[in-house]
Amino acid sequence: MGFNLAWLHPFWALGLPIALSFPIGWSMFRSLDPAPDRVGRGLDALPMFLCRLLGRRKPAEMDWKRYALAFLAFNMALFVLTFGLLYAQQYLPLNPDGKGSLGALGYKDAAGVDHPGADTGVVFNTICSFVTNTNLQHYSGEQHLSYFSQMGGIVWLQFVTPAAGLAVMLAVIRGLRGDKTMGDFYVDLMRILVFVFLPLCVILALVLVANGMPMTFEGAVKASPLDGAAAKMDTQTICRGPVAALAAVKQIGTNGGGFFGPNSAHPYENPSVWSNLIEITEIVVLPMASLVMLGLMLKNRAHAAVIYGAMLAFLVVGVVLAVHYEVQPSAATENLAVVQGPNMEGKEVRAGAISGATWAAMTTATSNGSVNSMHDSLNPIAGMVAMSNLMLNVVFSGIGAGFLNMLMYIIVAVFLAGLMVGRTPEYLGKKVEAKEVKLAMMAILLHPLLILAGAGLFAATDWGAKTTANPGPHGFSEILYEFSSACANNGSGFEGLGDNTPAWNVATGFVLLMGRFPPILLPLALAGCLATKKLVPQTAGTLKTDNLTFFGMLVGTVLLVGALSFMPALVLGPVADHLMAMKP
Amino acid sequence: MTVDTQISAPQRSLPEATALKMQRRHARRLSIFDPEMVRQAAVRSFAMLDPRSMMRNPVMFLVELGTVLTAIVTVQSIVGGAAIGLIVYQTALTLLLLLTVLFANFAEALAEARGKAQADSLRATRQDTPAFRLDSIDSDTGHSVPSTQLRTGDLVLVEAGQVIPSDGEVVAGVASVDESAITGESAPVIREAGGDRSGVTGGTRVLSDRIIVQVTSEPGQSFLDRMIALVEGAIRQKTPNEIALTIVLAAFSLIFLIVTAALYPMARYFDLTLDIPTLIALLVCLIPTTIGALLAAIGIAGMDRALMANIIAKSGKAVELAGDIDTLLLDKTGTITIGNRRATQFVPLGGVSDRQLARLAGLASMADSTPEGKSILDLARPVTAVDGEVPAGSQFIEFTAQTRMSGVDLPDGTRIRKGAPDTLARYIQDQRGVIPQGYQPTVDAIASHGATPLAVAENDRIVGVVKLEDILKQGIRERFARLRKMGLRVVMVTGDNPLTAKAIAEEAGVDDFIAQATPEAKLAYIRKEQQGGKLVAMMGDGTNDAPALAQADIGVAMNSGTQAAKEAGNMVDLDSDPTKLIEVVEIGKQLLMTRGALTTFSIANDLAKYFAVIPAMFIVTLPELKVLDIMGLATKGGAYSAILAAVIFNAIIIPLLIPIALKGVTYRPVGAGALLRRNLLWYGLGGVIAPFIGIKLIDLIIDPLLALVGMV
Repeated sequence: MGFNLAWLHPFWALGLPIALSFPIGWSMFRSLDPAPDRVGRGLDALPMFLCRLLGRRKPAEMDWKRYALAFLAFNMALFVLTFGLLYAQQYLPLNPDGKGSLGALGYKDAAGVDHPGADTGVVFNTICSFVTNTNLQHYSGEQHLSYFSQMGGIVWLQFVTPAAGLAVMLAVIRGLRGDKTMGDFYVDLMRILVFVFLPLCVILALVLVANGMPMTFEGAVKASPLDGAAAKMDTQTICRGPVAALAAVKQIGTNGGGFFGPNSAHPYENPSVWSNLIEITEIVVLPMASLVMLGLMLKNRAHAAVIYGAMLAFLVVGVVLAVHYEVQPSAATENLAVVQGPNMEGKEVRAGAISGATWAAMTTATSNGSVNSMHDSLNPIAGMVAMSNLMLNVVFSGIGAGFLNMLMYIIVAVFLAGLMVGRTPEYLGKKVEAKEVKLAMMAILLHPLLILAGAGLFAATDWGAKTTANPGPHGFSEILYEFSSACANNGSGFEGLGDNTPAWNVATGFVLLMGRFPPILLPLALAGCLATKKLVPQTAGTLKTDNLTFFGMLVGTVLLVGALSFMPALVLGPVADHLMAMKP
Repeated sequence: MTVDTQISAPQRSLPEATALKMQRRHARRLSIFDPEMVRQAAVRSFAMLDPRSMMRNPVMFLVELGTVLTAIVTVQSIVGGAAIGLIVYQTALTLLLLLTVLFANFAEALAEARGKAQADSLRATRQDTPAFRLDSIDSDTGHSVPSTQLRTGDLVLVEAGQVIPSDGEVVAGVASVDESAITGESAPVIREAGGDRSGVTGGTRVLSDRIIVQVTSEPGQSFLDRMIALVEGAIRQKTPNEIALTIVLAAFSLIFLIVTAALYPMARYFDLTLDIPTLIALLVCLIPTTIGALLAAIGIAGMDRALMANIIAKSGKAVELAGDIDTLLLDKTGTITIGNRRATQFVPLGGVSDRQLARLAGLASMADSTPEGKSILDLARPVTAVDGEVPAGSQFIEFTAQTRMSGVDLPDGTRIRKGAPDTLARYIQDQRGVIPQGYQPTVDAIASHGATPLAVAENDRIVGVVKLEDILKQGIRERFARLRKMGLRVVMVTGDNPLTAKAIAEEAGVDDFIAQATPEAKLAYIRKEQQGGKLVAMMGDGTNDAPALAQADIGVAMNSGTQAAKEAGNMVDLDSDPTKLIEVVEIGKQLLMTRGALTTFSIANDLAKYFAVIPAMFIVTLPELKVLDIMGLATKGGAYSAILAAVIFNAIIIPLLIPIALKGVTYRPVGAGALLRRNLLWYGLGGVIAPFIGIKLIDLIIDPLLALVGMV
């Protein structure tokens, strides 16, 4: 085998975002956390002006409760507005293909019976999914959504929901820093949109268009295939639309919800090798940059480096494992008269196995969830890497949300390590006591609760057991993956699963909400607690959170808690799947 | 302040005193598995099965619930006529789970029993003694009442040979008191009205003279009573860190409850109905039973260790807080330096030889009985045999406030004088005598090093200067270096002037000092430190120390001190040993470390248990999972052996770790990073590895046993 350019993929996918995270993180720090004397001056006048249009004269000084309330109120508004939009899209403009209400999608039940007509389940699920920055899709965008729904509903949410997550991270950092106020949610949101998402997306969308991605409001094209007779198809409907606008923010905002059902495996959503590399870079760059911003805001770069390093370690191991197992042949082709090469099942042929595996590891590590290969077809261990990323949910994860998740593990690590050095545990100079520990443990507990209880319930009942595409461990993996993805607000899926049923729509919708709001609000409350505490001076007896020892402690804590929570489920799913495939 | 309160006891050298203290401690130290206590604890562990008391400990309560559930299923199996193998297995599980709970109760009961034994030895001094209650302080009239009837404010007369009936304060008289019943120290101490040595403790004995004591505690409310109640657990409340840790443990238990509960429906997907007792076994293996079982014992043992160091902590919280101390306020005298200044050097001047000066200084000090005078003699003796040189007819000149010097007039007319440099200079000048060149610079140089110069004159000329120095206690520098590594700042408190204080502070290696210290200055310093977020510990004995003791986060009052000081502090040191603060801090740190280390160990253990139990659980439906059984456990009898081995390991690790829980994890002052690495290695990595070995060994043993009962 000669040198294969595809091997550049993992290096590009890790190296470029790391390099870019520093300048972007620095500019986020400069623009999102301006010194008091720079507020509203220079470029900052723009978001302030926009806030004034919304009726906010000057930034409020919110404590954690008011900040949380603003965050919730904003999300509630999003929920109501987009629900109406998707439900009534047939009455709204920009619908050249005359798509009906998403609520009239209908579904096929476990027994294979079609239920056409009214079903609000999918609308509920879709809204939950997009409001929570998850983008789990139980519909296919190109078939079921009007351009207005895509632009005004999906893309809009893809802008504001990651921005809302990042805003909470800003507030939490201010709390950890001991600021008097945690900031103003609306101002933070506006700054993030103006200084981070809009500029990045404009640039990226233009680059993607230049790479051949469609960006049009014209309806689908009806084409006559050259081999129509052979394919028994007179006309072919080729869907298109304002793809580039969505694809840019889909990737950069850890969203992942595609314009087309097959997501970035679709040639219009990922037209070339370059678009593939750009999109893979976009996946992880902002979560990384947010940690650079963290270090600068806390004035504690070493601590941020520990967190960055811990996440990067998990990511690198994940990518290595996934690629390693995907370049192995699939067990399905064993003993067949075909060339035993990399596992190409479910892969976009243009992208190949290495790119697919790299993407799979990175999209599940972050809470992105876009795909350029089908995760259901990954070899079991590669699939387990993707699933483990979702279960740990701290490998960069969502923009802002990733740090918030990790913060909970940091608190637990600090608590145990603090006791082990013989002092009341401290984090960033604040004592960690019963209340903080309670909040952190609640957040950590929620994740296995939602995933395991959900997967258990659906595995044991027809709700799940009858919707799997495969029997045995692989089918179980599909169920487990769906709940993991929903809970981690990721949005990818083992898509053999027939998940557009009322049971799945309602259950995952609920898990989506529970996987989003408590894990964001609990750290906010925790930061609010710590903010009011007295700063304890550092001494030689203080546990350092900015060195290699704590790095090890943190990685160990995540690994141990993660492994202990999910190991039995993983053993029954992908591990058993793998072992059974290896059977002679 | 911290004057030596022992009378007639010879000045002991430091190592000697330490040895004595260790000896006394040793007498108090109990062997961990003392047969009598083990018996008591074993009985109590059954009584503690009462769910109402188990509920205090969520982890073990969960195990108890699991035990009951397993027992019910077992009974069902027996009634339903299940296979004999299953019945034996389920019965064994029930018993093992019960044993787990009993072990946990045993650990707590044993710790309590040890505390109780300590308390009992003190309670023995609290027997009901008759007391002579005076009608008023001026009258000699009164009547005898039992000590239990004494109330706060009552005046009692205690004479030589009598036992002081209650805690109190001397309001009249002075007496020597034998406090060995409490402190173990055989040398009597002086207690007198007024001043800082007025506190007396009930149960101690007056040896000489008579004193009138004002009672300061209601019956059953004395320090000893309070402490006895405390160590017996009657008012033992969970400390803040203990509460936080309990939350972590409860949350982990909940996570594992979810994990095991979810396995049941998940197994249904594979058409497997999991055995409920097996699931409970897995749950009990996973939840942090080890630390859950030992948590209470660790807390009690912490107070117990304090007690062994002769410190009464008013609450467990105080012991725990001691680990967090950032700043220590230590008195110079008695803590950093040995009590008195000592002569350390002769500096001859004006052509006098070293030997000559030594001889003259020695002669001048022959009749000087002050410690300083003695130390001059001690220094002179090796140089010159002064003792044989005092001619008959010598006349000693006593020190008086007017002359401010002392010395001797020899029969041959030689006048030898010693005194403060300026006094002696004036004395020589008055005689138009000789003040050698370099006199003033020598004096200044000595003073600037924190030492005291003492000039010596022969007739009309000054022959040299004796350097009197504060002598640091042996090993105190190393001790402070240790403290610095622990992250503590040491502040020296002294009445000396700033110049002297600075020199001693530098020599001793303390971080800061308070010179010319007044109680107000101490209080202000503590407040300043606390405003910076620091926790401060100090020791004191006087009534005027009380505000500072109350303000300090840890205030250790000396038992010899006044009642006010004892009320204000949150610990009382029965030894009245000023270096005790250092031990207090170490005990606090050890307490927290033990909890952290055993929690880490407990959770790290789980990995191996998964590898044992999960393959065994699914052996029938998913035999491929056998690969995961990396320990190669026996699987013949339906893999019961593997599950039982895991549960047995989980149970016996509790008594195996009782010694660590009671003794505490070794604390080393090596800095937080090194300490963490060390503990992570032992209890984290060790916690991962140990059960793999343990479970395998147990499996090797029980597999043949199971074969015997026909299960294989």
